[in-house]
Amino acid sequence: MLDSYNYWISIVLMMIGFFGVIASGNLVKKMMGLAIFQVSVLLFYVSVGNVKNGAVPILIDGIDKYSNPIPHVLMLTAIVVGVAVMAVGLAIIVRIKEEYGTIEEDEILGLDSESNKKEQE
Amino acid sequence: MILSNLPVLQVIIPLLAAPICALFPANRIAPIFTAIITFITLVIALTLASNTLETGSISYPMGGWKPPFGIEYNVDLLSSFILVLVSAVGFFSSIYAFKSVDAEIPRSKQPLFYSMFLLCFAGLLGITITNDAFNIYVFLEISSLATYALIAMGKDRRALLASLEYLILGTIGATFILIAVGFLYMMTGSLNISDIALRMPSLSDSIPVKAALAFFTIGLALKIAIFPLHLWLTNSYTNAPSFVSTFLSATATKVGIYVLIRVLFSLFGYEFSFKNLGLDKIVIVLGVFAIIIGAIAAVFQNNLKRLLAYSSVSQVGYIILGIGIASQTGLTASLIHVYGHALAKAALFMAAGCIMLQMGGVRLNKLQGVARKMPITMALFVISGLSLIGVPGTAGFISKWYLLQAAFEQQMWFIFAVIIFGSLLAVIYIWKIVEIAYFSKNLTDTRNVTEAPLLMLLPMAFLVLLTIIFGFYTQPIVGFASNTAEYLFNLSN
Repeated sequence: MLDSYNYWISIVLMMIGFFGVIASGNLVKKMMGLAIFQVSVLLFYVSVGNVKNGAVPILIDGIDKYSNPIPHVLMLTAIVVGVAVMAVGLAIIVRIKEEYGTIEEDEILGLDSESNKKEQE
Repeated sequence: MILSNLPVLQVIIPLLAAPICALFPANRIAPIFTAIITFITLVIALTLASNTLETGSISYPMGGWKPPFGIEYNVDLLSSFILVLVSAVGFFSSIYAFKSVDAEIPRSKQPLFYSMFLLCFAGLLGITITNDAFNIYVFLEISSLATYALIAMGKDRRALLASLEYLILGTIGATFILIAVGFLYMMTGSLNISDIALRMPSLSDSIPVKAALAFFTIGLALKIAIFPLHLWLTNSYTNAPSFVSTFLSATATKVGIYVLIRVLFSLFGYEFSFKNLGLDKIVIVLGVFAIIIGAIAAVFQNNLKRLLAYSSVSQVGYIILGIGIASQTGLTASLIHVYGHALAKAALFMAAGCIMLQMGGVRLNKLQGVARKMPITMALFVISGLSLIGVPGTAGFISKWYLLQAAFEQQMWFIFAVIIFGSLLAVIYIWKIVEIAYFSKNLTDTRNVTEAPLLMLLPMAFLVLLTIIFGFYTQPIVGFASNTAEYLFNLSN
């Protein structure tokens, strides 16, 4: 149980990120939570690929036991996806700031419910 | 040489066209280019579909690396079914876009807008055609990121909040799918779907594989907007530009359903998912909730697009119900309803976009008597609405018929009643719109309202024509769907 502490840390990170997404009122803090949530999966994959007493998967003469390089490669893709998600999310938040004047979720919802009420008339 | 490379051309052509489209100047070249590219993609999809019907599955290893070491593109019956659907809806939407996008997006931003659309289109095609589990995640994120950008371009400022909400929920869903792929790789050492399926029988009892199925289902449930996880869909479809609502309502959830069917049948195998874990009962319960709650919520809406969005939630419930019935007839009914709902909902959102263009808004209490000024639009709207209800003579009737037949075969009388009750609820919300449009007194707006432009009516009319044709000449869709269902059930045996 204690050997697989990598996976426990991955789950803890995931839940910290998820809590940040749900509980934060500030939109930028939500994005930070989302980033932590995505990063936890990176730790999970790289832990899967670890080989006991294996070296880092970079080809060096004289070493014949390497960790599995495929999860590393997959996680490079996932890192790029995470960066793109952050970029799009923060761009949308910049636009929200321009339109609403605030990035606190409760204030934005308050402004929205006023315009919703005006529309119902 | 072109014919043998068709599977990869299906995805590469829109993918390369996207940055080229972003470089165009702000004139009419961008929409014309988009229409040409979507037409080429449609031709490729139809060619692949006819090849698959004749010769069986087409396998294309990328770069010549043999699977399972390389990424493999696999066009089988189910893939080609969805490829044709996505390409056709993309083509019709891009013809519709000529006039619709002009009203909602400034000219200077249009080349970038169309380039985002082509990226989303390429991503959806890539999800459908790939046979590699991680590649599904990559293309899913490509199409989702483009979707977030497309939705955020809506005129109303609430589109930004809707897009951010979809971004957060969609990323959580995609990350769950990534975790699922990680569990599968951990247990089988392979990422190729066919390869994992080969190793699955010996692993039926291991907990990571069951966890993988759970994570896959939840992640896909977010993307498909199955009942408790549907909140992003109503806000996004309401506030997005009309062209985006049209395209997404007919394709995004359907591709998600394709991945669900692929995962449940090709990857895990039908025995494991349904018999061992009882996933079918959970899916049936969620489907029933989606049908009823989506339809009831639709009845109370004042905004036409939000009504159609809740109707989408309800109709996706039917498709999920068909999968949950877990018989060949049920799966056939789901696949037919994928087509029927896509055709009907795309036409309905196109009509809502026409109304938005001519009337300036989609609030139902401002649309009284609109059918007198826009007769063709409302007539097409009504026919598509009849397809949603399941009136005989439309494609919607065929899928409801098969669903009822599947429920009857399995002796699930409660499901039988729910399907009929759902159709009655659909009558209520479609009648609500018909009453306001046709039978109300004068138009409250004194604007000079005319019929929608021809370029917007033509794709809508064509989609409605397809709905009616497939309601009578059912052989293409029903034959394809039942062959696909039989093929999927035989995969597991």
